[in-house]
Formats: sequence, C-alpha cells, structure tokens
Amino acid sequence: MENFTKGFIKNNPVFALLLGMCPTLGVTTSAINGLGMGLATTFVLVAANVVISLIKNIIPDKVRIPAFIVVIASFVTIVDLVMAGFAPALHEQLGLFIPLIVVNCIVLGRAEAFASKNGVFSSLIDGLGMGFGFAFALTLLGGIREILGSGAFFGFKFIPGDGILVFVLAPGAFIALGYLIALINRLRKA
Amino acid sequence: MAKTESSFKNMVLVLLGITLIASFSLGAVYNLTKEPIAKAQQAKKEAAIKQVVPDFEQLEAVSVVPDGGGDPLVINKALKGGEVVGYAVETYTDKGFSGRIQLMVGFAPDGTIFNTAVLKHAETPGLGDKMDAAKSAFPEQFKNQNPESFVLKVKKDGGNVDAITAATISSRAFCDGVQRAYDVVKKEGGSK
Repeated sequence: MENFTKGFIKNNPVFALLLGMCPTLGVTTSAINGLGMGLATTFVLVAANVVISLIKNIIPDKVRIPAFIVVIASFVTIVDLVMAGFAPALHEQLGLFIPLIVVNCIVLGRAEAFASKNGVFSSLIDGLGMGFGFAFALTLLGGIREILGSGAFFGFKFIPGDGILVFVLAPGAFIALGYLIALINRLRKA
Repeated sequence: MAKTESSFKNMVLVLLGITLIASFSLGAVYNLTKEPIAKAQQAKKEAAIKQVVPDFEQLEAVSVVPDGGGDPLVINKALKGGEVVGYAVETYTDKGFSGRIQLMVGFAPDGTIFNTAVLKHAETPGLGDKMDAAKSAFPEQFKNQNPESFVLKVKKDGGNVDAITAATISSRAFCDGVQRAYDVVKKEGGSK
C-alpha cells in the first residue's frame, strides 16, 4: 500500500521530485490535456515497470540502461500509434509530447530505482502510484491554468471572454507550477 | 534465477533478444493501427472539405505547383452529378508567427470564396489562434468574397481584410494562404 500512496504527495513526481518537467509545463494548457498526458505516462510507467521487473535477472548489469530504454521506447510508440488511431483529437493536442515520454525521467527513474530491484507485483503498484501521482499533478496544473487562462474547466466554459491570457502561455505554466509547489511544501511541513 | 553475468556474449544476446521482441511487437501494433489511423486522417480531411464547399457527391484531387514555386497544393474538386460545384484547396503559408499554417479554402466555381477552415497552426493562443472559426469571427469576412475584387491584404497594407487585434502577422499569413489557394484555382481554370 505504501508503494501506491507515496507517489501522490510524499514522492509526487512533479511536486516533490521535480521530474518530467518538459511535459508538465508543455501540455498542461487545459485539464483534459493534463489528464490525457498523465494517463498515457501511467500506462507506459506500469507496462515498463512490469516488463523490466520480469526480465531484470536476464539483463546483464552493464547494458541495463539501453535495455530499459528499448522497453520504454517500445511502449511509448505503442501508445502513440494507438492514440493516433483511436483518439485522433487527443493525439493532435498532445502529438509532440507523446514521443517525449521516452525521455521522461520518471519512467527510466522508476525502472532503475524500483522495478530493477523489486518483484513484479510491487513494481506494478509502484508504476500505478507514480503514474496516478503524475496524472493528478498534471490535471491539477492544467485545471488551474484552464480556469485562470480560459475561464473554463474540462472544456466547460463558465466565465465568458478571454481570461488571463498569460496562464495559457508558457510563462503561466511556470507561475502556476511555482505557486503549486510552494503550497504543497507548506502542506507537507504542517 | 541468478543474475546474468556481464560477459560480452551475454550482453550481445540479451540486447539482441530485447530489440527483436520490441521490433516484432511494434510491427504488430503498427499493422493493427494502420487502418484506423488512415481512416481518422481521411475523415478529418473530408470533414474539412465538407465545411468549405457546397454539398457534393464525389471528390477528385489534383496536385498543382504554385507559380512562385514551393510545395504543391492539392485541389479537391467537389463534383455533383458530373458538375463541379466547388474547389477545396489544401493550402499553406510560411508567413505565420510560428511555423507553417495549413488551411483549407473552398471556392465556388466562379472563384468566390465559399468558406475557410484552419487545418493546423501553432499561432499564439488567445491572439493568432483567433484565425480559427471556433475562436472568433475573423474568418467570416472571407465568406462570399471574390478575391478578384476583395483584396486579400489587411487594411494596414491597403487591402480589405480586418486584421485580428494584436495579431497582424497571423492575419497577413492567413491572407497569404488564401491568396495562394486562389492563384492555383485560377491557374487550373477554376474562375471563369
């Protein structure tokens, strides 16, 4: 159980470990984008964690990183293709960032730090926890930027007009993330 | 199971095995998704064509290289009962604020613009992205105008187009794309 919950607050990939900043800042212009990216990353994390913990013993130590990367890259390509085929609208929004999951430090980080040392089941749980933590963080950030920037939440517009434009643009991502991290740090100390 | 030793033979064999399995599974997924991906792209294109030309029964695509050189444009002739009812031109412009903008412009057989649609762009959200019909009324002003008399330039440059506030570059780019589409339709003998 602790393997699952630690991904949310204590070791949240975005708020605590500050990993995977590129997709975090890039795609979170709306809550739905954040959720889509988060779930895609969760799938890759879980699948890569499971496969790597299954084959960890046959991989010689010296070539473990290239072996992990091949496994991760394969799953990312699968996500990319499946999304392009069955969810073309979402794929168009996230397009550029899906291949970037490969270099997302969280995925390789969990493979190296957890899956290569633990059993299949705990690796699965770890992947799920970390993935949901990441998806939660991205959805939260995306939601805040969407509310402030476009006056909408999950595409549902409740404030007419343009909103505070800067939050949809790149600087808004840094501003919103900075305040979120500060808030979470305060909550953790309390 | 004991950990495999890092001997040269083991490393080569394991990496070879992993890459082989990875490539086989990727090939399988590619085959499975090839059709849905092609269908989704086709559906998207057809939806855009339907938006910009009157009702049609059949499409006929011709590829034309514009006079000034550059990438060829595809003209989709919309046919109904053997007669051309409109031209949907897949056009582009490189004058956008960030990267190439792809547009679909529909013309009636006499060269009048029927409607326009933005296929792909990377303009600034909230400013240049207002060229999208979903975001503002900017594209409305092009409807039912004949570029013969309607000068496809923003008013600042002596044309007839009301530019998007704070996005003159994107507005100019939009005009450039529409102009390019009009030129190839004219070249193909569209506006008689």
